[in-house]
Amino acid sequence: MEALTAHLSELGHGLVTTVELTVVTTVGAMLLGIVVATLRIAPVPLLRAIGTAYVEVFQNLPLLALLVLFVFALPTIGITFPLFTSAAIVIAVYEGAYLAEAIRAGINTVGVGQAEAARAIGLTFGQSLRHVILPQGLRAVIQPIGNICIALLMNTSLAAAVGVVELTQAANTVNLVEAQPIAVFTGAGLAYMLLALIIGQVTGLLERRLAIVR
Amino acid sequence: MNKTQQILFDEPGPRAQRRIRIATVLGAVLLAGALVAAVYQFASHGELAAARWEPFTTWPIWRYLLNGLWATLRAAAATAVLSAALGLLLALGRLSTHRPLRWLAGAYVEIFRTVPTLLLIYVTLFALPQYGMNFPLFWKLVVPLVVSNSAAFAEIFRSGILALDRGQTEAGLAVGLRRGQVMALVVLPQALLQLAPSLVSQLVGLLKDTSLGFVVSYTELLYSGQVLSSYTHLLIQTFLVVALIYLVVNASLSKFARVLQARNGRFGGRRGRRTAELPPPLLEGNTPR
Repeated sequence: MEALTAHLSELGHGLVTTVELTVVTTVGAMLLGIVVATLRIAPVPLLRAIGTAYVEVFQNLPLLALLVLFVFALPTIGITFPLFTSAAIVIAVYEGAYLAEAIRAGINTVGVGQAEAARAIGLTFGQSLRHVILPQGLRAVIQPIGNICIALLMNTSLAAAVGVVELTQAANTVNLVEAQPIAVFTGAGLAYMLLALIIGQVTGLLERRLAIVR
Repeated sequence: MNKTQQILFDEPGPRAQRRIRIATVLGAVLLAGALVAAVYQFASHGELAAARWEPFTTWPIWRYLLNGLWATLRAAAATAVLSAALGLLLALGRLSTHRPLRWLAGAYVEIFRTVPTLLLIYVTLFALPQYGMNFPLFWKLVVPLVVSNSAAFAEIFRSGILALDRGQTEAGLAVGLRRGQVMALVVLPQALLQLAPSLVSQLVGLLKDTSLGFVVSYTELLYSGQVLSSYTHLLIQTFLVVALIYLVVNASLSKFARVLQARNGRFGGRRGRRTAELPPPLLEGNTPR
């Protein structure tokens, strides 16, 4: 227990970094997900192909391989970002593929009549997407999106492997100093469970508030 | 063209077709621009030189990387078998009529679904050796992966068992089977077939997880790339090739999952036989068509 209290500031910094990374990447991945899902249903074949290729590539590559490629290999062709930014970009791009698929599944649940009605009153593709399809489609997949956010939270720990000092890395460092693995790792595990619980609660709340009961 | 693509737009008229052509050209220009920028970045840092790619046409380099792939596949296979077995036991535990068992399995799943795998890996790397549990490198990677993946498998199995029509269980009990027999003879065989696509998808996730061997320094594919690049100093080339190998292997698995999905989880040509086995309707003339 003392091992935890003596290093509260390190662990606290790690926790804050994990939360920051999770929030930033969730927002980024959500935006990317909406864009890619839109590409995948666009009337233009080339755009559809780009959307499909994006999902196919980023769902089939390990996140850690992408992180290593981005953080260690891209500097050799002159592309360098601060470490936190690199990790945030890679995780957002990776999770964006999963969110795109979830959002597309949501769009599929919207009745054909809705889209037909939107077209009948003269809305364009973009307008019917923005005002009719997405508001309904997104509400249908709040729960799956929440699950992806929890997976994203757990995946932020991989940033530790390329040197970002977030919660997992902070716990590891503290353990190397204190040699109290049980206390330190259990503490970190509980913190992750708490964060996941919060995401789950928020998702549940949103679901109750927003979901359309059919 | 499937349903999704059709709901948002009609058959394009002349103006829409013009707009589609413009969007195609714009998209192509953007794509080409990105490609040119990438090639320029590579070329201006001398990474495009033939000498820096030539090693990847030689057998020793490929033999090393394929050895890495083989280690990845072995770790993935061990993880898959162990975590599927453990996951099935956990799912059965969560659905059992025995309260403590249900509680224990539920707690296991809920805990390990929300703890990052990397944290578990650090536990096997730095915590367990202190208590005399120093596994070989292979198991230092596989054990944490099994612990976290079995929770994921448990949820897949549970949802599949719950999704099966309750009438199946009731019919089994009605003909006098015990609960265990109903599960083994009636529910599981059907649920597993339905779940085949999800299980194969989980396999892709698990294969991606083995890249954590990078942290354990178990020479699977990603860590092999790391070792290779520290010898050859061909960083970006090596990691691009490694990524390509992952992509090929996982995309084939994903494709397989989609084929299974399209066949409704049945291997081979059994669907046709199944419809042929359906009993004829009881009242020929009365069945609504």
